[in-house]
Amino acid sequence: MPEAATTYDVRGVAEGARAIDITGDITAQSEEILMDAYSRANETGVKAIVLNFTGLDYMNSGGIGLLVTMLVRAQRAHQQVLAYGLSDHYREIFELTRLDDAVGIHTSEDAALAAL
Amino acid sequence: MSDPRTDQEAGARDVTQWAKSVARLNVSEVPEGAVNINVEGRRLTSPIQGFGKMWQKTYQVRIPAESASSTEVIATWKQRFPDFWPEGNRIYAPLTGIEPGDVALLNMTLPGKMKLSTGVMVLFADGESFTLMTPQGHMFAGWITFSAAAGEDHTVAQAQILMRASDPIFEMGLTLGGHKQEDVFWNQTLRALASHFGHDVEVDTKVVCVDNKRQWSRWTNVWHSSAIRSTLFMLAAPFRAVRHLVRREHTVA
Repeated sequence: MPEAATTYDVRGVAEGARAIDITGDITAQSEEILMDAYSRANETGVKAIVLNFTGLDYMNSGGIGLLVTMLVRAQRAHQQVLAYGLSDHYREIFELTRLDDAVGIHTSEDAALAAL
Repeated sequence: MSDPRTDQEAGARDVTQWAKSVARLNVSEVPEGAVNINVEGRRLTSPIQGFGKMWQKTYQVRIPAESASSTEVIATWKQRFPDFWPEGNRIYAPLTGIEPGDVALLNMTLPGKMKLSTGVMVLFADGESFTLMTPQGHMFAGWITFSAAAGEDHTVAQAQILMRASDPIFEMGLTLGGHKQEDVFWNQTLRALASHFGHDVEVDTKVVCVDNKRQWSRWTNVWHSSAIRSTLFMLAAPFRAVRHLVRREHTVA
């Protein structure tokens, strides 16, 4: 799958919360950039990682596996993981793979931050 | 931040590659010889719902590129999936191959000749890979992704498992030799795949412990254990046979 347009940007959204803006694809080939983004977001005192899927174009099962691995890292660091911007299709995939058991899914960034 | 795009706006190139969302599994047809006691009505389980340590296991073989491209390997793997399994284990896959949403029943042989009946659902499938996800009660909670990719002068075929043992009994079993047996299983499978393309090659195995903590809150998964339920099913076989005979006699009378 093409990875050229794929970027995972990190920004502060609230005290103790960092957002990762996912643009492009999440596949097994995204491991390096996803874990790099998580490492940049994982600063001292960060208690929540907010995943912004508004720009997500493509995700395969390898990508879901990476999200589970990132989730485990966040749980080890006692961080909450939240998500927003999922289309209906990707929301269904989160339900199907039961990622929604561990990732709080919200309709907007404000709603995600309000849940912290 | 803007609202999420609709599936159409996002392109959603993968819509047909994923299984449709299901709350519980439904086995449309039970082939002769298959046992469907641990699949019907079960929920799917990801590593998040499992009990044991979390593992990522990767098994790879390199097949010379002139023998098969990555798409040929995956097409063959999908079409003849049961043929590559080691003896003593059986998967009742649909005859049409592997399609998203398909549910396949499995009869496995465990140490001590114990038979285990379980199943899998095809979570995702495209031209380069396919993924099977396990239901409640399976040995492990997670998924197995089968993929193929082009190297410089070879095609790399791979099976990668992301898993946690489903419950404390399976965790103990994996620790006491189950992991080794699983390595043997997937080594044999990948060697059989390479052999189909005319090559006897070694399997590269890489095992990573992603999370060494067990999820003790999930110990109750044991309620669905396919090991316990399969054993009870086997033990009850004589009683089922007697009941069947009695019913037949009543019908004849």
